[in-house]
Formats: sequence, C-alpha cells, structure tokens
Amino acid sequence: MKDKNFIDLASVRAGLENGGKKRFWRSLEQLADTEEYQKLARQEFPPNPPVKETQPGLSRRNMLKLMAASAGLAGLTACTKLPIEHITPYVRPSEEFVPGHPLFYATSMPRPEGGATGLLVKSHMGRPTKVEGNPDHPGSLGSTDVFGQASVLDLWDPDRAQTVMHGGAITNYSEFLELLGQLRNLYLTQKGAGFRILTETVTSPTLGSQLKSLMAEFPEARWHQYTPVNRHAEREGLRAVYGEFLSTYYKFDQADVIVSLDADFLCSGRGGVRYSRDFADKRRIKDPHSSMSRMYVVESMATITGASADHRLPLKPSQIEAFATALAAAVGVKDVEPGSQAAEGVPAGWITGLVRDLQQHRGGGIVLAGEQQPPRVHALAHAINAALGNAGKTVIYTDPIEAQPVNEIESIRELAADMNAGKVDTLLIIGGNPVYNAPADLEFEKALDKVNLRLRLGIYNDETSYRCHWFIPQVHFMEGWSDDRAHDGTACMVQPLIAPLYGNRSPHEVIGALLGDAGRTPHEWVHGYWADQKLASTVEYETFWETCLEKGVVRGTAFPAKAVTPKPDFAAALPKSSNGKGAGAGSMEIAFRPDPTVWDGSYNNNSWLQELPKPLTTMTWDNAAYISVKTAEQLGVVSEDVVEVNIQGRKLRVPVWILPGHADGCLTVTFGYGRARAGKVGNGTGFNAYSIWTSDTPGFAPISKPGKTGDHYNLVTMQRHSIITEGGHKEEIESKSAFNRDLVRVASLDEFRSNPDFAADPPEETTQAPNLYPRQDYSKGYQWAMAIDMNSCVGCNSCVIACYAENNIAVVGKEQVDAGRIMQWIRVDTYWRGSLENPETYHVVMPCMHCENAPCEYVCPVGATVHSPEGLNLMVYNRCVGTRYCSNNCPYKVRRFNFELFSDWKTPSLYGVRNPDVTVRSRGVMEKCTYCVQRIKEAEIRTQVENRTIQDGEVVTACQQACPTQAIVFGNINDPNSKISNQKAQSRNYVLLAELNVRPRTSYLARLRNPNPEIKE
Amino acid sequence: MAAREPENVGTLVAPGSDVLGPGHSYGSVTDKISSIVLTRGTGNKYKVGLGVAVMLLLMLNFGVTVLFAIGVGIWGINIPVGWGFAITNFVWWIGIGHAGTLISAFLLLMRQKWRTSINRFAEAMTLFAVACAGTFPLLHMGRPWLFYYLLPYPDTMGVWPQFRSPLVWDVFAVSTYATVSLLFWYVGLIPDLATLRDRATKKFKQVIYGAFALGWRGSARHWKRYEMAGLLLAGLATPLVVSVHTVVSFDFTIAIIPGWHSTIFPPYFVAGAIYSGFAMVVALAVPLRKYYGLEDFLTIRHLDNMGKMMLATGMIVAYSYVMETFMAFYSGNKFDIFMIMNRMTGPYAGVYWTLIAVNLVIPQLLWSSKIRRNPLWLWVLSFSVQTGMWLERYMIIVTSLHRDFIPSSWGMFYPTKWDYIIFVGTIGLFFTLFYLFVRFLPMISIFEMRDLVHKTAEEAES
Repeated sequence: MKDKNFIDLASVRAGLENGGKKRFWRSLEQLADTEEYQKLARQEFPPNPPVKETQPGLSRRNMLKLMAASAGLAGLTACTKLPIEHITPYVRPSEEFVPGHPLFYATSMPRPEGGATGLLVKSHMGRPTKVEGNPDHPGSLGSTDVFGQASVLDLWDPDRAQTVMHGGAITNYSEFLELLGQLRNLYLTQKGAGFRILTETVTSPTLGSQLKSLMAEFPEARWHQYTPVNRHAEREGLRAVYGEFLSTYYKFDQADVIVSLDADFLCSGRGGVRYSRDFADKRRIKDPHSSMSRMYVVESMATITGASADHRLPLKPSQIEAFATALAAAVGVKDVEPGSQAAEGVPAGWITGLVRDLQQHRGGGIVLAGEQQPPRVHALAHAINAALGNAGKTVIYTDPIEAQPVNEIESIRELAADMNAGKVDTLLIIGGNPVYNAPADLEFEKALDKVNLRLRLGIYNDETSYRCHWFIPQVHFMEGWSDDRAHDGTACMVQPLIAPLYGNRSPHEVIGALLGDAGRTPHEWVHGYWADQKLASTVEYETFWETCLEKGVVRGTAFPAKAVTPKPDFAAALPKSSNGKGAGAGSMEIAFRPDPTVWDGSYNNNSWLQELPKPLTTMTWDNAAYISVKTAEQLGVVSEDVVEVNIQGRKLRVPVWILPGHADGCLTVTFGYGRARAGKVGNGTGFNAYSIWTSDTPGFAPISKPGKTGDHYNLVTMQRHSIITEGGHKEEIESKSAFNRDLVRVASLDEFRSNPDFAADPPEETTQAPNLYPRQDYSKGYQWAMAIDMNSCVGCNSCVIACYAENNIAVVGKEQVDAGRIMQWIRVDTYWRGSLENPETYHVVMPCMHCENAPCEYVCPVGATVHSPEGLNLMVYNRCVGTRYCSNNCPYKVRRFNFELFSDWKTPSLYGVRNPDVTVRSRGVMEKCTYCVQRIKEAEIRTQVENRTIQDGEVVTACQQACPTQAIVFGNINDPNSKISNQKAQSRNYVLLAELNVRPRTSYLARLRNPNPEIKE
Repeated sequence: MAAREPENVGTLVAPGSDVLGPGHSYGSVTDKISSIVLTRGTGNKYKVGLGVAVMLLLMLNFGVTVLFAIGVGIWGINIPVGWGFAITNFVWWIGIGHAGTLISAFLLLMRQKWRTSINRFAEAMTLFAVACAGTFPLLHMGRPWLFYYLLPYPDTMGVWPQFRSPLVWDVFAVSTYATVSLLFWYVGLIPDLATLRDRATKKFKQVIYGAFALGWRGSARHWKRYEMAGLLLAGLATPLVVSVHTVVSFDFTIAIIPGWHSTIFPPYFVAGAIYSGFAMVVALAVPLRKYYGLEDFLTIRHLDNMGKMMLATGMIVAYSYVMETFMAFYSGNKFDIFMIMNRMTGPYAGVYWTLIAVNLVIPQLLWSSKIRRNPLWLWVLSFSVQTGMWLERYMIIVTSLHRDFIPSSWGMFYPTKWDYIIFVGTIGLFFTLFYLFVRFLPMISIFEMRDLVHKTAEEAES
C-alpha cells in the first residue's frame, strides 16, 4: 500500500501513558489508534450488521411479571384462527385424504431469469417429495429440466435460513413489520426519495402490480431488477431492431432449418424444456419416409445443443459476430456489409450451403443467438428471421413477459452508482444475491456498505444477507402463494404444497406491508389480483380460481403474437460491440456462461445438482475453464492445471479442462461456483467466475494469454476420458472403443432411407444360445421393457435427477465420486467420433438393462438379485450381503454399491424429501435401477382393485416422465399395440452387447443425422 | 504311562542318505526335535520375530475394526473394480496352503520319503494360510454380520443360498479344506504329542500334551489303526489339492468378464497354487533349518526337490500365460483382444510386466542345480515367486475389471492404506501362528523321522 500511514510514535506513547484503560495491547497500531487499525479491526470483526443494544438484565420482579404475562398471552394464541386457504389437487382428486396415497398439485417454479416452469408436485401425506412437469403448462408439457426436478430438495435443505435476523441476532417478523411501518410513514413524506428495491427479474403479475403500486406511492423511489444470467443482450438486440421491449419464443416443431449462433436453447434457459420437446418432435423418425429438421450450431463452448446439431462449427465468441454479419449479408439483410473476418475459421461452402438451405425454407427456419453474444448478434439474428419471413411463423414476438422490462445491467450499474453517491438510504433486496453475482467492476459489496439501512428477503443467509441489517427468510415456491408467467406469457399459479417450514415470508407480504397492508396474506394478494383481471364473472370467480389452481395455469392468457417490422435504419444504428475489439485469430478470449447444473449459483447448495455430472464433461462438484485440445497445447497445460486469468487487473485462478469440440483460442468458465456462504453443500466448490466478470463485457472478454501457475487442482468426472496421442493425432480411447464395440449406432437420414436396418444386430447374435438352466416363460402377463430413442435424446440429464428424487438415491460427495462410487442408477454417457477439434458427440443413456439372462443373478451367492415373472431384474436389499460379484459381472456396469453409509440418516429435514415407497439403502448393499418397480406395483394394485389390466401408458418411470424429449418409452411388450412394442418394432432398434446373449430388455433406437449434402466436412 | 519304545532303541544307527544326515538313531532324532519344544527355550531372535509378527497382527485387528466400523469404502475398490486386495489376498493365501496338502497327502500316497521332514510344518503352513485366506471373504463383504446367509441353514423363511453362484461353492470348498487340513494335521501330531507328554518334565505341560495326545500308548493296535486313518485322510485330502483351487478359479471363470471367463483357469490356478505353496515352504524351511540347526533333516536334497517342484509348476503357469494371450487373438473376440492388449499396454502394464519378470523369467534360474542347491538363492527366488503369484491374482482381478465392456464405466483401482494394512496384517497373523507352532509343537514329525531312520538303516543293510 503506497499511502500507508506511518505510525505516529507520539500517539503511541500517549496511548501507552493512558495505559490505565488499555492494559494489554495487540499492536502499535492499536495504541496509536490509527484509522487503518480501525479498518483492520472492522474487517476482522465484521462491523455490520451492527449489533443491537442488548436488553438490560431482568430483575427477578420483572421476570415474574413477564412470565405471568406470557402465560396469559399464550392462552390467547389458542383463539387465533388461521385463514383457510384451499389448494386444489391436480389429478385423481380423492374425496378424502387417503393415507399412503400421494396427491399431485399443480404449481410453478419461478426461475431467476424470470418466467416459470409448470410443475406437478407429488405430496405424500402433505409432504412434497417429487416433481413432475405440468402437462397443461406450455413451458413444460409434462416434462421438467434438472432444476425443476431438483427444486424439491431445496425445500428440505437444512441450510435454508430459518430465522429473522437483525444485526446478527435472532429476532421476529413482527419487529420487522414495525420497521416497515415506520419506513412507510417516512417515505410517504419523502415521496420515496432514498428508497430502493432490488429484485430479480419480476414476471409475477401480482408482484409486478404490487411493485408498480408501490412505485406510484413513492414516486422518487426506484425499483431495480438484476439477474446475472438473463436475456440482457437479447432485450437490447430486439430493441435495436424493433424499437421496443419484446419477448420472443420459437416454434421448433415447425422449423425445418435451425441456426444457433452460440445459443444453447435445449433444456437451458427460458422455454428450454418446451423447445427440446418441439425440437425432438420435428426430428422424430417412425419409418424411412419420416423427415427431420436440420440444425446448424456455431458455438464456442461444446454444449448439448451442439451435440444435437447436424453441422457444428466451433468458433471463438468474437468470430461468431463476424459469422452472423456474413450470414445476414448473404440472406439479404439491408445495409449489412460482411466484414473482412467473415471467412475466418469457417470452412468454405459452409455459409453458402447454409444460406441456400435457409432460403429454401423461408418461413420455416429459425436463427437464434445465445446470451453470450452481444446485442448486435441478436439484432442480426432477428433481422435475418425478418428477412427470411420466419418472423411471426417460427419466431413469435409478444409483449414482454416481464412485469417491467429494463436493461438489467444498466439497472444494477445505476444502483451501484447511486449507493456510492450516497443517494440510497434504504435498500430492500428481494431474492437474488448481488453481493456474490453483481459484475465485479461495480464493487457492489463496497457500495452496499454505504447504504444506511439494508433489508433483505432471501431464501438463504447468503453473501448478500450477511451484509444486510435485517434478514427475513423467504418462502420456497412450494411454501407460498404467487403467480408467474410461462415463456409465451401464459399466466401460471404458484400454489403452495406445505405451510412454510420455518415461518418464512413471501415477497408479496413484504411489499404488501410497505403498501400499508401488512395484514393481507399472499393468498389474498394473488387471489385478489386475478379477481381484478375480470377473467370470470364475480359469481363464477371461485370456480375459475379453483380451475386455475387445479390446472396450474390461467387458460387463454398466452400473449398474442405481435406483428412487428424492423426499423428501416436499424442496421446503421446497431450497437458496435465492444467485445469485438482486437479479437483477432491469435488473441485469447474468455467466455462466461451459466453452469449447466448450478446455473448462476442459485442452485449451488443443492447436492443433487452438485453431484449431477455436467453434460459432455461429466464433471461433478466443480467448474473449470474449458479449453480445446489445441489451446491446451498452446498454453502448455493439461487438464487440471491451474491457470491465472487476468481481466483488467482482476485475477482468477482456475483449473483448465480439455473439452473436445471447444473452440480454439478461448476459455469458457461457468458461473455459480466459488461461493463463500452457499451452505454446507456448496461452500468451497469450484471457482468464482463473477470475480472477473465485468458489466461492459458480459458475454465474453478479450484476455491476454492465461499464465500457468504450476498448481494442480483435482477435478472429478464420472466418466474418464483418456486422451492419448496415437499416430500423431489425438484420440480418446474410450470413445474409440465404444465405436469399435457398436455401442453407438448412427447413420445419416439418406443412409437410413436406403438401408433402414443399418442398426440391426446380426442374427447370429440375437438367436437364443443354448442354456443349461430352464428358460423362463416370458409370454404371459406383463413383460416390462424400455426403449430409448437416441435420436430424440439431447443428453440434458433430467432423467438422472428424476431418478435421484424418485428412488432416494444417496449423494456421495466429490471424494467418493473421484473414487468411482457415484450412486446414480441412470447415467448419460458421452462418446465422441471424429477429430477432437470438432467431433460428433453422442449420448448413451444407461439405466439397468433388465437382462432376461441376467449375468448378475446367477453369481449372487444369496439370491439377493432375482428375476421377476414380469421380466424385472429385482434387487432384494434385505438379502444382500454385499459381495459385489453382481456388479463385477454386469457388462453394463449399472449397479451401484453402498461402500459406506452414503444415505443421510441423520439430518431430520431430509427425511421429508424421501419417497416413502422406496427403501433408503444402508451400508454394504448393492442397488440399481428397478424400472421404478414401486410405480409398477402401485398401478398393479390399483388395477387389480378395479378388476382390469394396466393400460398402455399407465405406468411411467421417473426418467421417462421427466424426459423433455420423450426419448424414453416404457411399457408392456406383451401388448402388441403398446407404444413400447411399436418402438421395439422399428428398424432402428438395437441392444447393447447383443453378442453376450444376456438379452437386455432395455433397447436403443439408433441416432440419425441430417447433414446438408452441400457441406462437406 | 510311558510309551513303549522299540526294542532296538539306541542301538540302531542309520548311515545317512540324501534325505537324512548320517549317524542318526531313534533317540537322536527324538532328542533333536523334541528339544526345540521342551528344553531349548525361547531365544532372543525368536522373541524379536514373534514380537514383530504380533505387532502386525495388532495392526490387522486395528484395520479390521475400522473396516467393520466404516465399511469396505475404506478400501480403494469401486465400480467397476468391485474386488481388489481382499480377493487377491484370499486367492493368494489359499494357493499357498496347497503345497502343504500336496506334500502331506499326495506325496504320502506316492510314497515319497523326502516329504517326511517337511510335511509337518508344511501342513501347519496350510492351516495358517487357510486361516488367513478365510478371513478375506468375510472381510470383503458389505455386511459381514450376515455371512451366514451363505450357509445352507434351515431358515424360517425357507431361503437357501443361491447354488449357481461360485461363491457358495467356495464356502463349501474352503470349509471342507480347512476341516480336512486341520484333522490331518492333528491326527499326524498325536504320536508326537504323546512323545512330548512323556518327555515333558513339568506337570502343566504333561497335562496339556497328554490331553491332546488322546491316550496314545504306541501299541501295535494303535499303530495299525493310525496308519489306516492316515491313509484315509490322505485319500480325502488328495482330491482337495486339485478341487479347492479349481473352485476358487470358478469365481472368475463363471463370470462373463473378459480376462475371467476362461476354461484354462482351473489347471492354471492349481499349478499356480502349488507353485506359490512350495515357494512358501522354501521361504519357511530355509530359516528354520538354519536357526534350529536342522540341516540333517532338511537336507539339500529337500531344497533341490522343492526347487524342481517350483520349476515344474512355474512352467505350467508360464504356459497358461502364453495360452491365454494366444487364445485371445485366436478367438478373434474383440473384448478378449482388448483385454490382453490393455493388460500389456494399458495403465496396469507395469503390473503385468513385473509379473512376467518375477513369476516367469527370474524362476528360470531354477534350471541350474547350483541355484536349486543353494539355500540362500532358493530363498530369494521363493520371494520372487510369491510376489509374482500375488501380482498374478491382482492382475487377473483388477485389470480385467477396470476396463470391461462399456468404456464410459472404465475406472482405476488405487489401493488405500487400509488395503495394505489388512494385507500386511494377515501376514502378521500367519507368522504369529507359525511362531507359536514352532515353539509349542514339533515342527518335524518325530515318529516319521524315526521311521525314516529305520528305513534308511534297512536300505543300507540290504
């Protein structure tokens, strides 16, 4: 420190002379009582939240008085009648509450970036245990993504904040209400000057209207919105082209040609689940006459969207802008000149082939840009869609679904500036976590300390809550009433399934209190808001309301498509991207994106998501800087080497991970890790990308060559990738072996049409080999089987989390995953084909194969794994002694062993999330996929009572139910008309390792690609 | 009740042969061997050796306590490598035991007189090796307290073991082996226990040895029945030499994993077992001979013969290695070819080539009779073979499992400190038992040595 104050010796002496007070001293600085010392002491012992004055000691007399009063008042509480707020179950409503029979309730999961996923939540005796998608919700259609599936664990998270805190001490909500009352009176007189609210993106109509009313009452107050991962660039891009805030959504089920410019739209971000379904529907192959769409992906990171592409081109983020410009110029967007860099990194013929394809499918194409790309690329994408006549057909524009759309980066920047300028007296932060995730250049934490009164409503006592005077625990969405909107604007209900576990509060209550209506419950706010919308007559309103709750959505509230025309001169006025500066081929870049499992950090304390292997890398419990093979060579690093990235003096030390298919010359880091106060699960995981992320370069930033530090950091992946150099080029031996063994079968659409049986197993491998033991008769009764369509699967991992939730699967932690002991019953394997620079990526979803000649069964010495007459390979936990022979002999290695006591038997709150129909396994027991036998048995019992057989589609496994693309089909193969029989009859049907004669019941449908014949790769 | 000694006690002196030093009489043989137990006492070297062994045994207790408290997760095993050190050690120890049975039963039936001086401690070695081996199937279980599920006991639920599983066959094979070995060993001890009872000077020893001697008086009727019992037990034990390790090899061959699923395993395992067993006999015999001055009883001829046995069985093992590799390519099975290539060039190539070196190449030195007849050389070679045989089982188990059919599930096995603690701990158990054995029981069969003296003398006369 340059201007460090030298200690004034005179004041030290003075301090010593006055030593009567300070007998013991820690340092000379303390004696001198310098400012620096004070600062240091403040850092060591956090100054805020300021400690509240303690109550003076009670006298005996007062104590007795208080006791008497409490006893009297305690009696009074018995007279309080809580308001009855009816919630309405979704399907199979029972007349009464039948113990042991779960009920489903429709609700919606609000997302940090705005918009909600519609869910059906299973409630066992009032205990939410499992999440499914809501078939009536346009963003779900009955499926969910990983976040939706994992949300139920957040509800029961023992680390959730449980008490109202003031100045670091526990207090109660009524004291906070008193404060809010005082604040209201104060700001009514001041017209709200000095009062600020910071929320995440608000798409809840009720909360939006409450906040708007509040802003009307406090005209000089400001409402800021900020979410780090959001559609910042898209909003601005749309504004540049159309001059107003708009929302868009895409109809992938009607698109023949899709061009993604760094957009990872499958199962990620707003509408991702629906998009996956639509995308898969358009590519579903029944027979050689079926057709499928064609997707081109230009991206820097290797994503699951790129893995699903027919043509994929890895480009540095900055080069994608040049690509977009060239594409726009080629399809005839006015006033766009292709830049000189256009062809860099793009193989010859790529753009011409792509343009011809797009032009042949006018009105049937989609060009979309990713959030990492600057507004300019978004503007170009929308202009291309307009030029090709896609706008209004496959690309739909509506009014914004946000209650009040703003440029959020500007919004937080303004708030930080105002806080620094001392213009903010009171700040109420609802949700979010800006201290952790605001752009680093705003130095939000420092600015926040300058605010006199900081109030916070949040789910966790996190980094932001810790810096606030008041902290109120917020409700989980399964605990509180609210509403929200789907990606197309459809209003959906957030219906609670359980009373708040810890007396948590809803934003509706807190804003309500500021509006002077502290007594009004969230239910009344939401109920009242929709009554005001006059969607039903007053007489019928209660019926309407119940229908809304039952279905989870307010029917007919999707926003109508808006006819928009681009501004004539938009191209000239396009924002010049600051990112493009100096982005030549030789320079390095760093791209930021949300993490596929912990997103922006909101899900960091969720152990299911932490342990979920990330797509393609199968990394767990950490993030890394992903780089290409070539870049790794340039930097002289290998996976797990720590490098130091420096952006404008901000440094981040992060380990690299070599990811085949990643663009050269850039690093990608994901957000959401490196948190200080996430909780027991999340603390200490990964590296904080926000620490080098600035508001002027939100998508990607140019950097100098990252320096090698010589450190090593252990990154843990589920699937091992051994990259070796063979014959001068890099190879990954796992993938090579997988293709040698025909585990992945793939053909182009044309090859499939000329040879529909390309994937079939040779007959000598499928005929029954002689057997010593009598063969089981599988011709009678139900015979359960599964087929997984690898042409539909996008590798999103929803099935994996669904399986965790349904089957009480234990989380083992990073060290045990490293030791090879991850417990998941279904996994998504990744294999690459082709050069590691830009390989084709394939997923294989692996549940238990339920072999008819199961090799696990005959080696078990105690008969703990046996075959059921219905073709299920069962695991008898009680009988298992844990020899692990079954796992050794399983050719698919789908069995999982409790090497230690992996299930959490100690944390009471986690008892809540467990599925009561599934045993919680103990130490020393083998386990594996059961085809959700509990669901099969439930259906069998139910249908036996009703004296009928199980209909096709009545038994749905957890993975099948969650699958956004409906790639998994399950059912009875003895029913020739069932969906599963149809799938298995398809020519693409094959089984893994048929030559072993184990006769697996799980089969696969081969993957197809639809490449453009004009583009040779 | 003194045992009746033969009439010509003290008068018959054998001239010596290649299996017995010259100038031994009934008395000198009996004196020499029984003095180790009764009069020689406990030397300092013995105390140090026993101390070390007991320390290792305590380490085993510690390791097992932690294992039972936490679970098999303390080891390095995982999915896909579900078996690691425990099963390797199990097969290794069982194999070591085989030489004892072979010597005492098989060579008895073959009337090989050179077995006389080594059979007793080789049998003891068998017993102790089986004790070490027997702990591992128990320890490696996820829920060892339920081990009895593997036994065919009358369960109230009517549940039986699953008889198609080789692990159940193992239970029968190993428990039969342990029982027969114990009986054989004990029956063989009875006349010697009587000798010790008669020679013991302290009441306590007389009572203990006397109790175990089961009233042996050495009458002709005793001897007649005794010979018959010994012959019957030898007949029972002989098939076990072949059957036990065959069944153990079924643990692997019955599975479908490349590297395990192989018809060559039963003879290959039996040969390997005898190979390592003789190596262990040599490893024990050379220091015993030296320390207790038993050069007259454990002659160079014995060492030479054991060296030849090692060479013969080692060649069978080497042939198996070659055939395994050849068959993988000859079959054209892509999984088998990959497995062999992965063994030779994969992450565990070091294990494979070390194994080839210590188990196949170095033992070729046994072709030289100079080396076979040099106790020190033979002793060193025996360790090479034992290391090799341990590595062989490690290679079969770990390298076959770590990369099998589905490449996404490939993994690695890294042993933890607990793997080593428990392995080394059982070595402690073995040597503790062995130290106690040489201190309290005659390590060489006295009565058979007397018989040998008689026969040697007769042969010299004729």
